[in-house]
Amino acid sequence: MAEHDTALGTAQELGAFLERRREQIAQRWADAALFRTVFTVSRDEAVEACKAVVDALAEVARTGRLEDVTAPGFGAVRDQLGRMSASRSRAGQNPSQIADEIAGLREPVGALLRADFDEDAVERTHACLVALTVLMGTLRLVVLQTTVHAGEELIARQREQLLEVATPVIRLWEGIVAVPLIGTLDSARSQVVMENLLEAIVGQRARYAILDITGVPTVDSLVAQHLMKTVAAARLMGAECIVSGIRPAIAQTIVHLGIDLGSITTRASLADALAHALTRQGIVVSPRPAAGASAP
Amino acid sequence: MHAPSASASAATTRLHIGSDADLAWVRHEVRQAAAGLGFSLVQQTKLVTAASELARNTLVHGGGGHVEMTHLEDGAGRGLRLAFTDEGPGIPDPELAMTDGYTSGGGLGLGLSGAKRLVQEFTLDSRPGRGTTVTITDWTTVLPAARTGGS
Repeated sequence: MAEHDTALGTAQELGAFLERRREQIAQRWADAALFRTVFTVSRDEAVEACKAVVDALAEVARTGRLEDVTAPGFGAVRDQLGRMSASRSRAGQNPSQIADEIAGLREPVGALLRADFDEDAVERTHACLVALTVLMGTLRLVVLQTTVHAGEELIARQREQLLEVATPVIRLWEGIVAVPLIGTLDSARSQVVMENLLEAIVGQRARYAILDITGVPTVDSLVAQHLMKTVAAARLMGAECIVSGIRPAIAQTIVHLGIDLGSITTRASLADALAHALTRQGIVVSPRPAAGASAP
Repeated sequence: MHAPSASASAATTRLHIGSDADLAWVRHEVRQAAAGLGFSLVQQTKLVTAASELARNTLVHGGGGHVEMTHLEDGAGRGLRLAFTDEGPGIPDPELAMTDGYTSGGGLGLGLSGAKRLVQEFTLDSRPGRGTTVTITDWTTVLPAARTGGS
């Protein structure tokens, strides 16, 4: 019990010190790269940001929750720290470098603290320095947490964007649409592809739909099954489906795997598939007669 | 023919298989390893496709597991061994499972049998209730020496 009281007492003493020296600490921190490169408009801005962080630390110290990353005191600066670490990431710093920059903030405060305490109060000074180290370690963790969290949000957002962006349906000709498939064709992607394609078949009154798999690195039985389902659905809508972009290595693999694509019209390249669809519609694309050639 | 003398070098990588995203990662790693060993493009594609089938089996039927990727050396030939292990329900009738078109899920039923045709060596070890290990090995093709002289 007594030990706990001492720890709380030390933490509160540290909190009081941070409050007392708020201005000096903020002035020293404002020149650190972490703050300087983020608050570029004016130094006053950086000093204000530093004061907010000092206030948060003082608040956490007063409550004695030095090791608690969820301490309410950090709540006020979480947003600001997130913006700071995001801007340092953009400047090319990785998370551990940012953490090192945070660790670098401790030394100036330590120097102030040593100067502040009486020389004969060695034990108290030492206890406060240890408490400060613990507190700065927690701050470091809070910053890392916000960095990782921001990264996770970004990945989730990009995953959704990829799903939409990577499956456009392109109108190649009157009545001919094409989907260039790129990357991994998993169940979620193929569902999106099928929906987009069927809508385009209705919307553009397409008779021919080309699925180009040039950009699909691996065609295994699941991918093949997705392709066959899409082709079957397109057929039900009255459109003929052509699968193009089958590379030599993929063709050999499909044969060994034992997948029967016999019921599907396939072509080696997108150009071949387009030519096939045009021919079937009775459209002939011929080179312009050479100049000077006699008319028939 | 290779098996007894083949020595496994220290390079063994273990990849976790627990989600669809892991399947993409397994394919990526196998492709990198196969390309690094000098496999031809066709062989790379076959091996990656076989790995994709087996990794999906591990995930869907085995409830997740891992793959161990080992670089092998045997004289001039270099190889890659992939061992897919899960602790799922196992395969009650391996012979039936190896039949083209037989499926216990909703697939085409070509995963196991197709993967076997895509690689040079294939072993299936399954104990009902204890899990399944499928091991496949591929070697860089050593071309026969070019004929000289003669007409």
